[in-house]
Amino acid sequence: MNIPYTVEERPDTGLANGKLGIWLFLASEVMLFGALFSSYILLRVGAPEWPHRQLNIPLGTVNTLILITSSVTMVMAWASLKMGNWGRHRLFLTLTFVLAGIFLVNKYFEYAEHFGKGEGPWHSTFFAIYFTLTGLHALHIVAGMIVMAYFLGPGAGLWKRNPDQFTNRIEYTGLYWHFVDLVWIFLFPVLYLL
Amino acid sequence: MHSDPAAVKKSVRSYMIVFGALLAFTVITVAVNELELAVPIAITVALIIAAMKGSMVAGVFMHLSHEKQWIYGALLLTVVFFIVLIFVPLFTVSDTTGVAIAAVGGGPMPGR
Repeated sequence: MNIPYTVEERPDTGLANGKLGIWLFLASEVMLFGALFSSYILLRVGAPEWPHRQLNIPLGTVNTLILITSSVTMVMAWASLKMGNWGRHRLFLTLTFVLAGIFLVNKYFEYAEHFGKGEGPWHSTFFAIYFTLTGLHALHIVAGMIVMAYFLGPGAGLWKRNPDQFTNRIEYTGLYWHFVDLVWIFLFPVLYLL
Repeated sequence: MHSDPAAVKKSVRSYMIVFGALLAFTVITVAVNELELAVPIAITVALIIAAMKGSMVAGVFMHLSHEKQWIYGALLLTVVFFIVLIFVPLFTVSDTTGVAIAAVGGGPMPGR
C-alpha cells in the first residue's frame, strides 16, 4: 500500500503531508520550550536576587558556533540532494552528526564541572532551570542524532528507490535541526550572559 | 520553497551570507556582554540580537521566507498562544512580584 502525498502536494493544503506534519510538531515544540521560558521569566522576576555569570561563557560561545555551523551543514546536506550530489550530501550530513556529537561532549564537560562543584539542579533555582532547559535541549540533540544516524545508515537506501521522498525526509530532518539551533540561540544569552 | 536545482544552487550563496552574519552576531552578543551594561539594556540588546539571529535561521535555513499559507497559519496560531503563555502568568503575579515569592523562600534554596 502506498502512503499518499509523501512527495506530491495535497491539492487542499498545497503541501506534502510530511511537511505540514513536521511544522505542526515544531509548533508543539515551541509551546513546550515556551512554557519553560515562561517559568524562567516568572522565577527570575520573582527572585530577590539572580546569580550572574555562573556558567562557562567561552564554552557556551563555542557551542553556539558549533550549532550554527551544524545548521549550515544540514541545509547544505539537503541542497546537495536537490542538486543530485549524493557524495556531498553524505559529507554534509556526517559533518552535522559529528558537530552535534561535539556539542554534547562540550555539554558533558560543562555539566561535570558544575556537578564537581556541587552545583547540581538542587543547588539553586538558577541551576534547577538551567539543567531543565539545557537538559531538554540536549535530549533534542540526541533525538536529532538518532534520526541522522538512521539516514546515514539503514535509511539511506530510500535514495535509490525514491530520491524525491528521501530528499523530503532530509528536509524535514533539517527543519527539526534548525529549530534545535534556534532554541539554543535564545538559551545562550538568556542563561549564560544575562 | 525552491524545488528546482538551479534555484537551490543560487540559494546556497544566501546560506553562506547568513552563516557569516550568524557568526558575527554571536561574537557581537558576547562582546556587548563584556561592556557590563545595565541589566534592562543588556537584556534588550541580547534579545534583539537573538531575535535577529532566530529570524535569519527561520527565514533562510527553514525557508519560511517563501512558504505556503497553511504553514504561516499554523505558525500564526503558535505565536498567539506563545505570547499568551509568556505574558499571562506574569500578569497573575504582577502585583506581588518579588514580595510573595520571596516570602515563601524564592531565590537560592535554603540550607544549601
